[in-house]
Amino acid sequence: MLLRHTSADVMERSALTINPAKTCQPIGAMYAALGVHNCLPHSHGSQGCCSYHRSTLTRHYKEPVMAATSSFTEGAAVFGGQANLLAAISNIFALYNPDVIAIHTTCLSETIGDDMVQVIAKAKSEGKVPEGKHVIHANTPSYVGSHVTGFANMTKALVKYFAETSGHRNRQVNILPGWVEPSDMRELRRLARVMGVHVNMYPDTSDVLDAPHTGEHEFFPRGGSTVAEIRHSGDAMSTLALGPFASEPAARALEEKCEVPAEVLDLPIGLLATDRFIDGLRHRAGVRVPAPITDDRGRLVDLISDMHQYFYRKRVALFGDPDQLAPLAEFLVTMDMRPVYIVTGTPGKRFETRIRDLVADAVPEVQVRQGAQADMFLLHQWIKREGVDLLIGNSYGKYIARDENIPFVRFGFPILDRVGHSYFPNVGYAGAMRLAEKILNAFMDRQDREAKEEAFELTM
Amino acid sequence: MHILEERQRQVHRKGSEPFDLDCNKQSAAGSVSQRACVFCGSRVVLYPIADALHLVHGPIGCASYTWDIRGALSSGPQLHRNSFCTDLKELDVIQGGEKKLHKALTQLIVEHQPKAAFVYSTCIVGVIGDDVEAVCRQISAEQGIPVLPVHSEGFKGTKRDGYRAACEALLKLVGTGDPSGVSKASINILGDFNLAGEVWMIRKYYERMGLEVTATITGDGRVDDIRRAHGAALNLVQCSGSMMHLAKVMKDRYGIPFRKVSYFGIEDMSQALYDTAAHFAGVVPGIQERTVELVRGELQYILPEIAEYRKRLAGKKAAIYVGGAFKAFSLVRALRHLGMDTVMVGSQTGLKEDYEELRELCDEGAIIVDDSNPLELSSFLSERQVDLFIGGVKERPIAYKLGIGFCDHNHERKLALAGFEGMLNFAREVYGTVASPVWRLTPRGSAREAAPCR
Repeated sequence: MLLRHTSADVMERSALTINPAKTCQPIGAMYAALGVHNCLPHSHGSQGCCSYHRSTLTRHYKEPVMAATSSFTEGAAVFGGQANLLAAISNIFALYNPDVIAIHTTCLSETIGDDMVQVIAKAKSEGKVPEGKHVIHANTPSYVGSHVTGFANMTKALVKYFAETSGHRNRQVNILPGWVEPSDMRELRRLARVMGVHVNMYPDTSDVLDAPHTGEHEFFPRGGSTVAEIRHSGDAMSTLALGPFASEPAARALEEKCEVPAEVLDLPIGLLATDRFIDGLRHRAGVRVPAPITDDRGRLVDLISDMHQYFYRKRVALFGDPDQLAPLAEFLVTMDMRPVYIVTGTPGKRFETRIRDLVADAVPEVQVRQGAQADMFLLHQWIKREGVDLLIGNSYGKYIARDENIPFVRFGFPILDRVGHSYFPNVGYAGAMRLAEKILNAFMDRQDREAKEEAFELTM
Repeated sequence: MHILEERQRQVHRKGSEPFDLDCNKQSAAGSVSQRACVFCGSRVVLYPIADALHLVHGPIGCASYTWDIRGALSSGPQLHRNSFCTDLKELDVIQGGEKKLHKALTQLIVEHQPKAAFVYSTCIVGVIGDDVEAVCRQISAEQGIPVLPVHSEGFKGTKRDGYRAACEALLKLVGTGDPSGVSKASINILGDFNLAGEVWMIRKYYERMGLEVTATITGDGRVDDIRRAHGAALNLVQCSGSMMHLAKVMKDRYGIPFRKVSYFGIEDMSQALYDTAAHFAGVVPGIQERTVELVRGELQYILPEIAEYRKRLAGKKAAIYVGGAFKAFSLVRALRHLGMDTVMVGSQTGLKEDYEELRELCDEGAIIVDDSNPLELSSFLSERQVDLFIGGVKERPIAYKLGIGFCDHNHERKLALAGFEGMLNFAREVYGTVASPVWRLTPRGSAREAAPCR
């Protein structure tokens, strides 16, 4: 029992987080910046931050992850990090020659009060930023919000620094995909293409963090949204922002800056949320839903109907990020399952409201917690009080799954012990089929493993 | 390839120039350094102590990224595999985090009854001015266990400084226990972290020689053992970068001699046991004979299979980039045993004398590099037509992208690589990756197949 120290008695904790269901802002900012073409993320803080983020992203994607750091010293912590950052900007353009340096701050540089706007202006006035190159920033103090907040802040920074209006509206729909996998971003583009909708999507980590083997180590892989694309998003006729936590701030900023009307949707995970996404595209672009999409949906319904007896009434615990959890919980209800415990470390009361909107009718007993102390220790305590049939979440769920012998489906960030998430999407109807398949496999593998000889069945 | 001017003296090619490698300095701002921070150093060194509480005082990130990060195994308690954090918020940054720290510590100690507690300071704790020392003292008095502040603010240096901060914390434990009953023939194992159960293997060798192991610091470590570690007769220090400070102070304070050892590779492993046996020759009758016997038995078991790999690996080229330089010495020797040449070797935090020794060890033309980065590394790998790269998490995908075999000699090793059995595992792993058919599917592999010889 690796978590033998977890007791069933839930105690009040106000000063302590145990086994967090979140991490800090900068890694989200780094991930978002990797979705910009020829962009080098830059961590303005100690070396360790950058190293941890690169290691975690590398473990999750099995890809090289490039990012630079200001390498704070004791002197920088006392006198401010301006000198380090100015030197860093010069060195980065000299050595790596990116189109964009995307700076995110850290708890250290925020606490000592470094002013990014002023430092970037100084770098420009001193000629450290070559013609046609860009230095942008997002404030991402680690003591506010979570990794999701960091992603949202960097995406918003892309709008603030780059989006422009030329005065001519084009026929494009912007998609802000939220914090999803490269595979998901690729699938969102595919769905739009099949629908016949011209989309402008950013950030986009496909072909960056799922790059094919070419025999080269591409310091800047070929993927990522270009600065020109982000600039033109100011001319689009509308924006679909997927995931309120990760994408709404950028969508609102774009609305304000360039008057591009925005609609905020759940991530298209599961049948109903994908319906809303498809419907959103249809409405915004004024197109009809083509047969291949309707067929995809039909196949999903077919799969669920074929196997619905196995989903019926199963109790599920889930943890992870709010934008994923809301549509996932809804999808479980669609399949007649019961998401009973839902936990995210990302703060925001509207998460709980959204979950209750989506599932409380079907699952009135649902327990939801978000923010500080909404951690995996609490989730485990709930499970110990009354068990579940399935656990869904990132790799850190494996301790609970093992101790309590619960079937476990890996979903979310980070996944450190399996592959597939960067290649096979979870969004859209096809993604929902994959999720349903994984859930079924988890149940059935367990049944096959644990069934008594006389109860062992060939056909299921 | 362009190397920053301020970094040019951190790269040396053996034979091409007089040796004057620059090292042990801050990374250039803006470089994609592979280095980590002070906190990282302290955390990896201390967290294997399994019956202690490890509390990270700071915002959540530092606790998340180091949650059970290293695979340090415990034969008993598993408290160290949880992640405890004060999870500081904006208000705490303004008002200070001392109250929160006090509350968190009290709650955890009451709930889990650990033998000791380590409190890790992260960057902002050093800036907002929390008196962690005072809180620890107070809790220690209230709860009756040692509560040890670890001064590991990330910006206060490199990982190496984190090792030192960890040693300082350990030094507050050592000497507080009762050493009576500790045998005259006893040792402490320093600097092995029990990745993949390595400390269990090493411990068994020493026990078979007739020695008693007082404390393993810190792999599969226990607080009470560390408290009476000053009763042991000899400290055996592996990974000297992390634990040398502890050994030196224990020598000054308690008169315990130490020896540097390495458990990687046949030569180094055998040497470690022979040296230790020689040290105890007058104290433990028959220890040298037993050691010779032990080594012979182990070698008999592993050598035939290793010889097979050696035949197939002869002449292949290897590159090494690791955290501490000390590990690199053993790796160069172990690779030589497999018939392989090391053509590039570097470390994140090596010292001048380390690089000097590496230069001695390597053949003409070898590249020696301090605090390198992905751009340099991939260009060295390509330039020297390497068949195998040995490194850590961030280096692995670079090797694979180039179509080169890789072996993780850091947190992510899954098989024990230390000891005699570990050498066999190492040989299998190296052969498995160098000879993998997947490389034939890559551009580099096809180019090699097209060329009749190289």
